[in-house]
Amino acid sequence: MIPINFEYHRPTSITEAVETFQQLQLDGKGPLYFNGGTEIITLLRVNQFYTNTRAVIDIKAIPECCYTGFEDDHYIIGASIPLAQIETMGTFPLLGKNCSRIADHTSRMKITLGGNICGKIKYREAVLPLLLTDSELTIAGPSGQRHVPIHQVFDQHMNLEQGEFIVQIRIPKLFLDVPFTSKKQTKIDRISYSLLTVSAIKTEQQIRFAFSGLCNFPFRSQEMEKALNQCQLSVEERITEAIALLPSPILNDLHGSAAYRTFVLRNTLEETIAELEGES
Amino acid sequence: MKKTIDFTVNNEQKSVQIRSADTLLITLREQLGLTGAKPGCENGDCGACTVLVDDQPMKSCLMLTAETANRSITTIEGLHDTPIQKAFLEHWGFQCGYCTSGFIMNCHALANIHPDANAYEIENWLQSNICRCTGYEEIKEAIMSVLKTKEAGTSG
Amino acid sequence: MTGAAKYTADFTAPGLLHASLLTSPHAHAKIKSIDLSEAEKCPGVRAIVIGQDIPVLTGTTVEDRPILALNKVRYFGEPIAVVVADSEHEAQSACQQINVTYELYPVVNSVHQALESKPILVHEQLMNYTQVQKIQPEANSNIANQIKVRKGDIDVGRDQSEVTMTADFSFPPSDHAAMETRSVRAELLPNGEVHIHTSSQGPFMVKELISRYFLIDEDKVTVHTPLVGGGFGGKAAVQLELIAFAASRAAGGKIVKLSNTRETDITGSPGHIGLEANVKLGATKGGKLTFAEIHYNFNAGAYVDEGSDITEIAGLNCTGPYKIDHVWCNSLCVYTNHPYATSFRGYGHGELTFPIERAMDLLAEKLRIDPIAFRLKNTIKPGDTTPSQTKLTKSNIGNVAKCLERVKTLINWDEGQTVNLSDRLIRTKGISCFWKSSITPTDATSGAILTFNKDGSINLSCGVVEIGQGTKTVLAQILAERLKIHESKIHVMMDVDTQTNPQHWKTVASSSVYMVGNAVLRAAEDAIQQLCQTASIVLRCEPGDVDVAEARAFLISNPDKYVSVKDIANGYKYTNGNSIGGTVIGRGNFIMKHLTSIDKETGKGTPASDWTVGAQAVEVEFDTKSYNYKLIHAVSVLDAGKVLHPKSARGQVTGAMSMGLSWATREGFSFDKNGIVLDNQFRTYKMLRYGENPTYLVDFIETPQIDAPYGARGLGEHGIIGMPAALANSLSTAAGVPLNQLPLVPEYIWEQKRGEASDSN
Repeated sequence: MIPINFEYHRPTSITEAVETFQQLQLDGKGPLYFNGGTEIITLLRVNQFYTNTRAVIDIKAIPECCYTGFEDDHYIIGASIPLAQIETMGTFPLLGKNCSRIADHTSRMKITLGGNICGKIKYREAVLPLLLTDSELTIAGPSGQRHVPIHQVFDQHMNLEQGEFIVQIRIPKLFLDVPFTSKKQTKIDRISYSLLTVSAIKTEQQIRFAFSGLCNFPFRSQEMEKALNQCQLSVEERITEAIALLPSPILNDLHGSAAYRTFVLRNTLEETIAELEGES
Repeated sequence: MKKTIDFTVNNEQKSVQIRSADTLLITLREQLGLTGAKPGCENGDCGACTVLVDDQPMKSCLMLTAETANRSITTIEGLHDTPIQKAFLEHWGFQCGYCTSGFIMNCHALANIHPDANAYEIENWLQSNICRCTGYEEIKEAIMSVLKTKEAGTSG
Repeated sequence: MTGAAKYTADFTAPGLLHASLLTSPHAHAKIKSIDLSEAEKCPGVRAIVIGQDIPVLTGTTVEDRPILALNKVRYFGEPIAVVVADSEHEAQSACQQINVTYELYPVVNSVHQALESKPILVHEQLMNYTQVQKIQPEANSNIANQIKVRKGDIDVGRDQSEVTMTADFSFPPSDHAAMETRSVRAELLPNGEVHIHTSSQGPFMVKELISRYFLIDEDKVTVHTPLVGGGFGGKAAVQLELIAFAASRAAGGKIVKLSNTRETDITGSPGHIGLEANVKLGATKGGKLTFAEIHYNFNAGAYVDEGSDITEIAGLNCTGPYKIDHVWCNSLCVYTNHPYATSFRGYGHGELTFPIERAMDLLAEKLRIDPIAFRLKNTIKPGDTTPSQTKLTKSNIGNVAKCLERVKTLINWDEGQTVNLSDRLIRTKGISCFWKSSITPTDATSGAILTFNKDGSINLSCGVVEIGQGTKTVLAQILAERLKIHESKIHVMMDVDTQTNPQHWKTVASSSVYMVGNAVLRAAEDAIQQLCQTASIVLRCEPGDVDVAEARAFLISNPDKYVSVKDIANGYKYTNGNSIGGTVIGRGNFIMKHLTSIDKETGKGTPASDWTVGAQAVEVEFDTKSYNYKLIHAVSVLDAGKVLHPKSARGQVTGAMSMGLSWATREGFSFDKNGIVLDNQFRTYKMLRYGENPTYLVDFIETPQIDAPYGARGLGEHGIIGMPAALANSLSTAAGVPLNQLPLVPEYIWEQKRGEASDSN
């Protein structure tokens, strides 16, 4: 039961969505774009976050948001595509794999790709493959539409201008089939938040790494990648160097202590490197 | 603050007055008297409220009623003598019965969408629901009996 | 199955008001003020009740708990106020407008902290509380009750020992997590009648307590219980019913619905008790146990509720099913600032079994004796005495050794406790024995009433609540067996209504078949006697010449001469219209017998009528590098006395095993340093899901209990009891370090391994 009241709008075009947002903003309704909406619904129920919201704008009826297909050198996934659909698509196996470990299957019928990467909850494993593949986002807002490299707008969390929303995710085709691994470890359950997720791809003899559940936000770190790719060093030394370069302290919470996460991180990196360095 | 939504529920056209903040679970239970969908957590964690929206399983606590305008909802009350209902009875797939309708809706969708689901798919789907009474053994027997997939020894 | 089954929260009615709880965000704090002015102005609000409006203290053993927090809060989640409004969202919105100011107190965040000298006190007035049952609190402490067990002479036992072990064991409080959250509707009619609809395992207890606390005659109070969506002991506690009644009364008696959110159900309502224990065992070199010295310090949380009884039975059965001549045990019920505990499946026995069975493995290791062989040398038998010095007989205890032998075969023990699968994967097995007796009031009673329909089918009325345990099916079966008719001819009333159904103590303790089953058999005798009486007139003979079976009353000497039960059960009518007999009402009752109260210095006494025993095993696949593991096999062999319904018995046992494995692998509250429960949703409070379960192997031994219906012993709870110990024994073997805490998450195993590595450096 959501205690507060809000308006619900369901525009059918990008322009209508943006205009609706601007009007609601003027009316002081603190509008929110609403995609799968699972996080908004559950956080509102317990009165955390979004509590000043008096209007939501459901973007799932916008055709561009529900599109999937190839355009030039990119594979396009609409922001409103549910994770469960991506899981079975097979076009981008790494993304499919990460999506398949978020929440549970029935919830993934509702959670969308755009919703996951814009969320408040700290894990957002769907963003890791996008960071690894230097994907672009199509963003719509009051100043029109733009394609932006994800690295420009995603730093710890998605930084969109007021009134903007993600329409599509554009993944460079050349990365769709590269060798990858993705390993999620939880405290113990299969259906659970991540204690640690490490996703990695191999490109031009370099391995790229991205992490969730390790720090307070998902990230990819070029510095850590550099350390982890120093082939002249032993794997153990590389890992030790990389850990020293973490962008923020390792999480210490009910899912696991920082020390235990470090143990899991070491094991996971070791396995990831062994698997991908073996690939040619 | 109320607004009207039209949708199809168990093959009947329905028009309901809702708050936009109402979840589908609340509307089904309180306005339509369809209490087969159960609140177990209202947080998307337990699956007891699972219904079908356009034949796909959905947690009705994670969906606003407003999102279901002009769509087709099926609840446990809309299933009659389906193979999975019979299988749950035959295999004792329930004890207290509270999680049962959610499990059945999810299993029913699985059997329709992936009649030859493999072990991974079955587990992937059914891990969306929690049963606190059984040890899942009987539920496994029930779902295996309606799928075309057959594997040796379904007792585990 | 069809959605037609109705649970408490499934009912609605025009004009129904909704209540919502405001709960404490702190674990220990003084309530300085509660400002309701903003909340009262909220739309739809009809009434708000706070603790001061109903300043009565409640509790079934000691009256220590206010209905809503009074003056201070003692745990995170404690209900402070209830708001009644036209709709649920209005009630919730108004709750958020209640302004409470607190003064924070230091928090008692563990049992050992509670037992420090000069502790922070959870209850300053402990010694002044009204005791409903005799308990032994200690002044200026957090000890609410203490059970002493002194059997034999512990010094003699020590002298006889050649090898001893000692270790600490613990697990945090956790939750029942029934899928249906607790829910109540309450109504106070203008004529003073009170109607409570509640998802309860103890509707008769609800009636008694509403009457006691609100000073209403019992005949004015009717409690209705429809199907209950899982209980596991948690719904035997009476809590929300009192709040809902107060809410209805404040709203002019209108019907008010109060359902827990999952968050409130987990922390606000009572859960599963925690424990810190120390066990010392001694044995001869040959492996004969010589003494046990045991400390059980139970974490009852902020209020006693059933905590004192759990403490008591755990003390009285402290050793598990082993013959030990010299036993010393102190079992304490300790207050902390944690959510309070109530009965939980196994009632103290899963709790005591974890430390004892771990200790048995640790001692076996020191003795270099196989863990099963060691147990077999020491299993308790008829003729031996329990720690409370009750003499065991062939009837009141089953055969532990036989269960253990069967488990040994089923788990394939002889292939070795550890099997290597690869350079990092191994499979290991662990075992556990257990016993359980229920602790009931010495006067616990039940009744059963039979009436007949015109077609000869039978209505069975009793006070048992159907919580998924299938008792009503088994009762129908017992009756069908006695009357030799088909079960389909017996209608068991599923809902309970305290005005029309005969009294049943509580639907707990796996005792329903024993208690109500006996009452049903007596009701059947009573009905048969009445049927024979009428039939004897029709058949022109003596009542003693007639018997009843297969829907007929017939001449014993010539069964072809009979009258149909349907023709006599509601009076017999001759062809000329004359009638005799009258409607048959079969009545039966049962009361616990020969139970005695317990001596407070030695624990001597008879707490229970019987002990169900069994043995269990768990096999895991363990990754020696990551410490992750999978559950492969779980085995239970119970001495069931007599298996009345094989499919239902297996389902009860595997369900309980699953719950035990879930508890042992992942359940247990995480508290922050302020005593806040961090895992108060299913998002973070995890339970076993589909596919995470092992393959179950279940078998039964049948040593009949002479005074039970067809010899059947209770078995609804027992599958849970040895699971944590068997798993811990298996994982301790796998990891090569003692694992003496729950839950057994990989991080804990890693911690122990790391500790071992740094110890040896």
